[in-house]
Amino acid sequence: MARVPIIRVGDTLIATVLEDLHDRDALQLQEDIGAALERTDARGVLLDLTVVELIDSFLGRTLNDVAAGTRLLGAQAVIVGMQPAVAMTLVELGLELKGVRTALNAEKGMALLRRLIAGDETA
Amino acid sequence: MSAEARSPQHRLSIAGEDDIVLARQRARDLARRLGFGMIDQSRIATAVSELTRNVVRYATDKRGEVHLTELRSPDGTAGLEIVVADHGPGIPDVERAMQEGFTSGPGLGMGLPGTKRLMDEMDVDSVVGRGTIVTVRKWRR
Repeated sequence: MARVPIIRVGDTLIATVLEDLHDRDALQLQEDIGAALERTDARGVLLDLTVVELIDSFLGRTLNDVAAGTRLLGAQAVIVGMQPAVAMTLVELGLELKGVRTALNAEKGMALLRRLIAGDETA
Repeated sequence: MSAEARSPQHRLSIAGEDDIVLARQRARDLARRLGFGMIDQSRIATAVSELTRNVVRYATDKRGEVHLTELRSPDGTAGLEIVVADHGPGIPDVERAMQEGFTSGPGLGMGLPGTKRLMDEMDVDSVVGRGTIVTVRKWRR
Protein backbone atom coordinates (compact mmCIF):
# COMPACT_ATOMS: atom_id res chain seq x y z
CA MET A 1 0.00 0.00 0.00
CA ALA A 2 1.40 3.39 -0.97
CA ARG A 3 1.33 5.54 2.13
CA VAL A 4 3.04 8.34 0.29
CA PRO A 5 1.65 9.06 -3.17
CA ILE A 6 4.02 10.98 -5.44
CA ILE A 7 2.53 13.18 -8.14
CA ARG A 8 4.29 15.20 -10.81
CA VAL A 9 3.44 18.82 -11.46
CA GLY A 10 5.60 20.30 -14.21
CA ASP A 11 9.22 19.69 -13.26
CA THR A 12 8.40 19.06 -9.60
CA LEU A 13 7.48 15.91 -7.73
CA ILE A 14 5.07 16.37 -4.84
CA ALA A 15 5.05 13.67 -2.15
CA THR A 16 2.43 14.01 0.58
CA VAL A 17 2.72 11.84 3.67
CA LEU A 18 -0.82 10.83 4.67
CA GLU A 19 -0.30 8.97 7.94
CA ASP A 20 2.16 7.88 10.60
CA LEU A 21 5.06 6.25 8.77
CA HIS A 22 6.42 2.83 9.67
CA ASP A 23 10.16 2.37 9.10
CA ARG A 24 9.55 0.38 5.94
CA ASP A 25 7.25 3.12 4.58
CA ALA A 26 10.02 5.66 5.07
CA LEU A 27 12.51 3.46 3.21
CA GLN A 28 9.92 2.85 0.48
CA LEU A 29 9.43 6.60 0.13
CA GLN A 30 13.17 7.08 -0.26
CA GLU A 31 13.25 4.43 -2.98
CA ASP A 32 10.14 5.77 -4.74
CA ILE A 33 11.50 9.31 -4.89
CA GLY A 34 14.77 8.07 -6.37
CA ALA A 35 12.92 6.01 -8.97
CA ALA A 36 10.55 8.88 -9.80
CA LEU A 37 13.47 11.31 -10.25
CA GLU A 38 15.18 8.92 -12.62
CA ARG A 39 11.97 8.26 -14.56
CA THR A 40 10.68 11.81 -14.86
CA ASP A 41 13.78 13.97 -14.99
CA ALA A 42 12.12 16.22 -12.39
CA ARG A 43 14.19 19.09 -10.99
CA GLY A 44 12.58 19.42 -7.59
CA VAL A 45 10.91 17.40 -4.83
CA LEU A 46 8.40 18.88 -2.40
CA LEU A 47 7.83 16.63 0.59
CA ASP A 48 4.74 17.57 2.59
CA LEU A 49 4.80 16.45 6.24
CA THR A 50 1.79 18.46 7.43
CA VAL A 51 0.02 15.48 9.00
CA VAL A 52 3.16 13.82 10.39
CA GLU A 53 2.95 13.77 14.19
CA LEU A 54 6.28 12.12 14.89
CA ILE A 55 9.79 12.23 13.47
CA ASP A 56 12.20 10.05 15.41
CA SER A 57 15.90 9.50 14.70
CA PHE A 58 15.16 6.87 12.07
CA LEU A 59 12.73 8.96 10.05
CA GLY A 60 14.90 12.04 10.55
CA ARG A 61 17.91 10.24 9.15
CA THR A 62 15.85 8.94 6.23
CA LEU A 63 14.66 12.47 5.41
CA ASN A 64 18.28 13.62 5.44
CA ASP A 65 19.15 10.79 3.07
CA VAL A 66 16.24 11.68 0.77
CA ALA A 67 17.47 15.28 0.54
CA ALA A 68 21.08 14.24 -0.07
CA GLY A 69 20.08 11.59 -2.62
CA THR A 70 17.85 14.06 -4.45
CA ARG A 71 20.78 16.46 -4.81
CA LEU A 72 23.00 13.70 -6.18
CA LEU A 73 20.34 13.06 -8.81
CA GLY A 74 20.52 16.68 -9.93
CA ALA A 75 17.38 17.93 -8.21
CA GLN A 76 16.43 19.95 -5.12
CA ALA A 77 14.31 18.79 -2.18
CA VAL A 78 12.28 20.93 0.20
CA ILE A 79 10.37 19.62 3.21
CA VAL A 80 7.25 21.55 4.16
CA GLY A 81 4.60 21.59 6.87
CA MET A 82 6.58 20.31 9.83
CA GLN A 83 4.48 20.68 12.98
CA PRO A 84 6.02 22.92 15.68
CA ALA A 85 5.97 20.15 18.30
CA VAL A 86 7.74 17.83 15.88
CA ALA A 87 10.39 20.46 15.10
CA MET A 88 11.05 21.12 18.82
CA THR A 89 11.34 17.41 19.54
CA LEU A 90 13.78 16.89 16.66
CA VAL A 91 16.09 19.59 17.96
CA GLU A 92 16.08 18.14 21.47
CA LEU A 93 16.72 14.69 20.04
CA GLY A 94 19.86 16.14 18.47
CA LEU A 95 18.65 16.01 14.88
CA GLU A 96 18.49 19.40 13.30
CA LEU A 97 18.30 18.07 9.73
CA LYS A 98 21.01 20.51 8.71
CA GLY A 99 21.20 19.10 5.19
CA VAL A 100 17.51 19.57 4.56
CA ARG A 101 15.85 22.69 3.11
CA THR A 102 12.52 23.40 4.78
CA ALA A 103 9.63 25.82 4.41
CA LEU A 104 6.60 26.56 6.56
CA ASN A 105 3.99 25.41 4.05
CA ALA A 106 3.55 24.08 0.53
CA GLU A 107 3.20 27.53 -1.05
CA LYS A 108 6.42 28.83 0.49
CA GLY A 109 8.08 25.52 -0.30
CA MET A 110 7.19 25.78 -3.99
CA ALA A 111 8.58 29.32 -4.08
CA LEU A 112 11.81 28.11 -2.46
CA LEU A 113 12.06 25.23 -4.92
CA ARG A 114 11.65 27.62 -7.86
CA ARG A 115 14.54 29.72 -6.56
CA LEU A 116 16.74 26.68 -5.91
CA ILE A 117 16.04 25.23 -9.36
CA ALA A 118 16.71 28.62 -10.99
CA GLY A 119 20.01 28.70 -9.08
CA ASP A 120 20.89 25.28 -10.46
CA GLU A 121 20.22 26.49 -13.99
CA THR A 122 22.46 29.55 -13.76
CA ALA A 123 25.22 27.66 -11.95
CA MET B 1 11.44 8.92 44.55
CA SER B 2 9.17 6.04 45.55
CA ALA B 3 6.48 8.05 47.28
CA GLU B 4 4.39 8.65 44.19
CA ALA B 5 1.09 6.88 43.61
CA ARG B 6 1.04 4.47 40.70
CA SER B 7 -2.15 3.64 38.91
CA PRO B 8 -3.40 1.84 35.87
CA GLN B 9 -0.67 0.10 34.04
CA HIS B 10 -0.80 -0.58 30.33
CA ARG B 11 1.33 -3.39 29.01
CA LEU B 12 2.28 -3.90 25.38
CA SER B 13 4.36 -6.59 23.72
CA ILE B 14 6.99 -5.59 21.21
CA ALA B 15 7.56 -8.20 18.54
CA GLY B 16 8.27 -6.22 15.40
CA GLU B 17 8.28 -2.92 13.60
CA ASP B 18 4.49 -2.53 13.68
CA ASP B 19 4.62 -2.53 17.48
CA ILE B 20 6.91 0.53 17.46
CA VAL B 21 4.10 2.51 15.85
CA LEU B 22 1.46 0.98 18.11
CA ALA B 23 3.47 1.66 21.30
CA ARG B 24 4.19 5.30 20.46
CA GLN B 25 0.54 5.92 19.57
CA ARG B 26 -0.61 4.37 22.86
CA ALA B 27 1.90 6.46 24.79
CA ARG B 28 0.75 9.63 23.03
CA ASP B 29 -2.92 8.84 23.72
CA LEU B 30 -2.19 8.30 27.40
CA ALA B 31 -0.08 11.48 27.59
CA ARG B 32 -2.92 13.45 26.02
CA ARG B 33 -5.39 11.97 28.49
CA LEU B 34 -3.11 12.91 31.38
CA GLY B 35 -3.16 16.51 30.19
CA PHE B 36 0.33 16.79 28.70
CA GLY B 37 0.69 19.56 26.09
CA MET B 38 1.42 19.03 22.41
CA ILE B 39 5.19 19.27 22.69
CA ASP B 40 5.34 16.92 25.69
CA GLN B 41 3.09 14.47 23.83
CA SER B 42 5.54 14.61 20.96
CA ARG B 43 8.55 14.15 23.28
CA ILE B 44 6.94 11.17 25.00
CA ALA B 45 5.84 9.46 21.77
CA THR B 46 9.27 10.02 20.22
CA ALA B 47 11.06 8.61 23.30
CA VAL B 48 8.89 5.49 23.09
CA SER B 49 9.68 5.20 19.38
CA GLU B 50 13.44 5.38 20.05
CA LEU B 51 13.35 2.89 22.92
CA THR B 52 11.12 0.33 21.23
CA ARG B 53 13.18 0.55 18.05
CA ASN B 54 16.24 -0.42 20.10
CA VAL B 55 14.34 -3.56 21.10
CA VAL B 56 13.38 -4.45 17.54
CA ARG B 57 16.88 -3.72 16.23
CA TYR B 58 19.14 -5.06 18.94
CA ALA B 59 17.32 -7.54 21.16
CA THR B 60 18.45 -11.06 20.32
CA ASP B 61 14.88 -12.31 19.85
CA LYS B 62 13.62 -8.87 18.66
CA ARG B 63 11.09 -8.99 21.47
CA GLY B 64 10.37 -6.91 24.48
CA GLU B 65 7.73 -5.27 26.62
CA VAL B 66 6.50 -1.77 27.27
CA HIS B 67 4.76 -0.73 30.47
CA LEU B 68 3.01 2.62 30.65
CA THR B 69 2.13 3.74 34.17
CA GLU B 70 0.31 6.84 35.32
CA LEU B 71 2.05 8.53 38.24
CA ARG B 72 0.93 11.04 40.84
CA SER B 73 3.62 12.72 42.90
CA PRO B 74 3.00 13.58 46.58
CA ASP B 75 2.33 17.19 45.61
CA GLY B 76 -0.29 16.09 43.08
CA THR B 77 1.71 16.43 39.87
CA ALA B 78 0.65 13.99 37.17
CA GLY B 79 3.32 11.99 35.44
CA LEU B 80 3.90 9.16 33.03
CA GLU B 81 6.40 6.37 33.46
CA ILE B 82 7.52 4.23 30.55
CA VAL B 83 9.47 1.04 31.08
CA VAL B 84 10.91 -0.73 28.05
CA ALA B 85 12.43 -4.14 28.74
CA ASP B 86 14.11 -6.70 26.50
CA HIS B 87 16.10 -9.89 26.77
CA GLY B 88 18.76 -8.66 24.37
CA PRO B 89 22.55 -8.73 24.56
CA GLY B 90 22.61 -6.00 27.19
CA ILE B 91 24.77 -2.90 27.12
CA PRO B 92 28.34 -3.55 28.35
CA ASP B 93 29.06 0.08 29.18
CA VAL B 94 25.91 2.07 29.95
CA GLU B 95 27.86 5.22 30.70
CA ARG B 96 29.43 5.13 27.27
CA ALA B 97 26.11 4.32 25.61
CA MET B 98 24.74 7.50 27.16
CA GLN B 99 27.38 9.60 25.43
CA GLU B 100 26.72 11.46 22.21
CA GLY B 101 27.73 9.68 19.07
CA PHE B 102 28.08 6.25 20.59
CA THR B 103 26.40 3.43 18.73
CA SER B 104 26.70 -0.32 18.81
CA GLY B 105 24.74 -0.79 15.63
CA PRO B 106 23.71 0.82 12.37
CA GLY B 107 22.18 3.82 14.06
CA LEU B 108 23.05 7.41 14.65
CA GLY B 109 24.13 6.74 18.20
CA MET B 110 21.73 9.33 19.51
CA GLY B 111 19.08 6.94 20.71
CA LEU B 112 19.73 6.94 24.44
CA PRO B 113 21.20 10.43 24.96
CA GLY B 114 18.50 11.90 22.70
CA THR B 115 15.77 10.08 24.60
CA LYS B 116 17.18 11.32 27.90
CA ARG B 117 16.92 14.92 26.72
CA LEU B 118 13.26 14.41 25.79
CA MET B 119 12.31 13.08 29.24
CA ASP B 120 12.69 14.32 32.84
CA GLU B 121 14.17 11.17 34.34
CA MET B 122 15.92 8.19 32.84
CA ASP B 123 17.38 5.03 34.29
CA VAL B 124 19.13 2.28 32.35
CA ASP B 125 19.53 -1.11 33.97
CA SER B 126 21.42 -3.53 31.78
CA VAL B 127 23.07 -6.89 32.32
CA VAL B 128 25.21 -8.31 29.54
CA GLY B 129 23.68 -11.51 28.22
CA ARG B 130 20.45 -10.93 30.12
CA GLY B 131 18.85 -7.80 28.78
CA THR B 132 18.12 -4.14 29.29
CA ILE B 133 15.43 -2.27 31.18
CA VAL B 134 15.09 1.41 30.42
CA THR B 135 12.81 3.51 32.64
CA VAL B 136 11.89 7.06 31.66
CA ARG B 137 9.52 9.50 33.27
CA LYS B 138 7.90 12.76 32.33
CA TRP B 139 6.08 15.06 34.75
CA ARG B 140 3.37 17.52 33.83
CA ARG B 141 4.47 21.07 34.39
